[in-house]
Amino acid sequence: MKQGKREIQKYILTILFTGLGFAIAIIENLLFPQISDKANFVKYSIGAFKLDGNDLLRIVLVALIIGYALFGIIDYKDEEKRAGYINKAGFRFAIGVLIGVLDLTGTKLKVLPQPFFPGPAEILNPFLEEGDFILTNTLYSLRLYFFGFLFGVLLGVGTGILIGWFDRVYYWVYPVLKITGVIPAVAWMPFALTLFPTPFISAVFLIVICAWFPIASLTAAGIKSTPKAQYEAAKILGGNAFYQLFHVAIPHAMPQIFTGISTANAFAFTTLVMAEMLGQPGGLGYYINLSKVWSAYYKVFAAILIMAILFSAILKLINRLQDYVLRWQRGIVK
Amino acid sequence: MSEKILTIENVNRFYDDGEHQVEALKDINLELKRGEFVSIIGASGCGKTTLLRLIAGLDEAGNGSIVFKGAQVKEPNYKRGYIFQQHNLFPWLTVENNVASGLKARHVYRKNKDKERIQKYIDLVGVTGFEKSYPHQLSGGMSQRVAIARALINEPELLVLDEPMGALDSFTRADIQDKLLEIRKEKNLTMLLVTHDVDEAIYMSDRIVIMTPRPGKISEIIDVDIPHPRNRGGAEFLTLRRSLLDRFDLANAHPEPEYMI
Repeated sequence: MKQGKREIQKYILTILFTGLGFAIAIIENLLFPQISDKANFVKYSIGAFKLDGNDLLRIVLVALIIGYALFGIIDYKDEEKRAGYINKAGFRFAIGVLIGVLDLTGTKLKVLPQPFFPGPAEILNPFLEEGDFILTNTLYSLRLYFFGFLFGVLLGVGTGILIGWFDRVYYWVYPVLKITGVIPAVAWMPFALTLFPTPFISAVFLIVICAWFPIASLTAAGIKSTPKAQYEAAKILGGNAFYQLFHVAIPHAMPQIFTGISTANAFAFTTLVMAEMLGQPGGLGYYINLSKVWSAYYKVFAAILIMAILFSAILKLINRLQDYVLRWQRGIVK
Repeated sequence: MSEKILTIENVNRFYDDGEHQVEALKDINLELKRGEFVSIIGASGCGKTTLLRLIAGLDEAGNGSIVFKGAQVKEPNYKRGYIFQQHNLFPWLTVENNVASGLKARHVYRKNKDKERIQKYIDLVGVTGFEKSYPHQLSGGMSQRVAIARALINEPELLVLDEPMGALDSFTRADIQDKLLEIRKEKNLTMLLVTHDVDEAIYMSDRIVIMTPRPGKISEIIDVDIPHPRNRGGAEFLTLRRSLLDRFDLANAHPEPEYMI
């Protein structure tokens, strides 16, 4: 009983420690005066409030403190998650302190080379300044990613299955895949832009192409590596070719299909941003390009921040899906 | 008891080992009656597994004929169940879905109707409680039980067993042997077992087929008339065991072999 009480006390301290770094950053931001005159903050009206970058930074930091505290409470029930939370406390504390240091050096004192390294408050400024515009561009990127990647996965898995299953298709299509697959998708950009009626469709095409190669080749490899014994087991049970393909070969290839999807996903992010930077009327890449021209590097960082959050969310989603589909592997693969 | 279920006539099979043709099976003749339990024993390389694969329809015979219930064997059929040396379960399916795969493969699976049936076979082989487990979570013996359930759900008339207990410890093996005999009795199922284990052959069989290698052929067929349940330590059992081991020159330790098998 005493032991449990002490453990709870220790855990509460961990939650407080996690938030402490961010709290330090808030205190630093509030108390330390703006010494350099190169940073100027403008108040923007957001609804009933008037906010500048410093206000937004403090709001974000408070949200982080509350968020991590809530996660801490939720994670307490699950022993594994609780251990993970305790483990990450040090890192989270350091992140908070780092934000404080960056605010100090990047904004308050401006000792870092400017305008390349703005402080966190300035990086958040664009969300107040042109939040709508950023949102429009983010949605553009998301839409592009969604269509490109979806069709890329469908096409990749489809051709991979055909190549892996039919020797004829392997003979005719696999060499083409091998040669065209290694070409970076953006190399097709000039053709894509002239071949397709809109820039959007041409960018979708590029993402499809870049996702297609790793998914198709890994799917084919997965199908081809299905042990003969598994087909024989299916045959003995009365399974026809359809059953052998859909209930033996494809499930067997599933781990490799997901490896392909993860790889393709990384390619897709790269291609997405490159395509946007080189000839799209919108998107985060376009936003970066536009900001760069005006030397507004704090906006570039704002776009990078969104990408970090967005792309890791997508990655997490794919990993969740993979964990679910490959749940039968749990315990075999660590 | 007298109905012939499987007739093997003058079956030969060759395979190419790269340099010359090797005679894997030579003039195999064998008949199985319904409900019979027949074991095939012999040294490695005598073509036991080759013969089983021909019976299952996984490979084609060079010449000669294999007739199952009046029809030539050309391809695998669920009426001839097959238990592999390795359990060969589908690793991505749970135990119950592996058992159900027998029905699903034939597109006769009906969710509501077959749930009970699947459970019945899971209970029959003794893996109750592991319905939701995946194969890698099971021991070798349990996996092989699931494989047996998966074969049985299709209600085969002939069950071909290719050393399914070879990789198991002796307690698990004895357990599965009894289970198989029980199933055979209950369903009047014909079983053909390939084994390395002389005791296993005597314990289970009505007849024991002895094969010799290079070329693989049947050298002798022995009737086992000991009543069930058989006592592994009984006098008849031991006499037969002795005479079988003699045939393989294994009964006594020979410092120098007098002849080669």
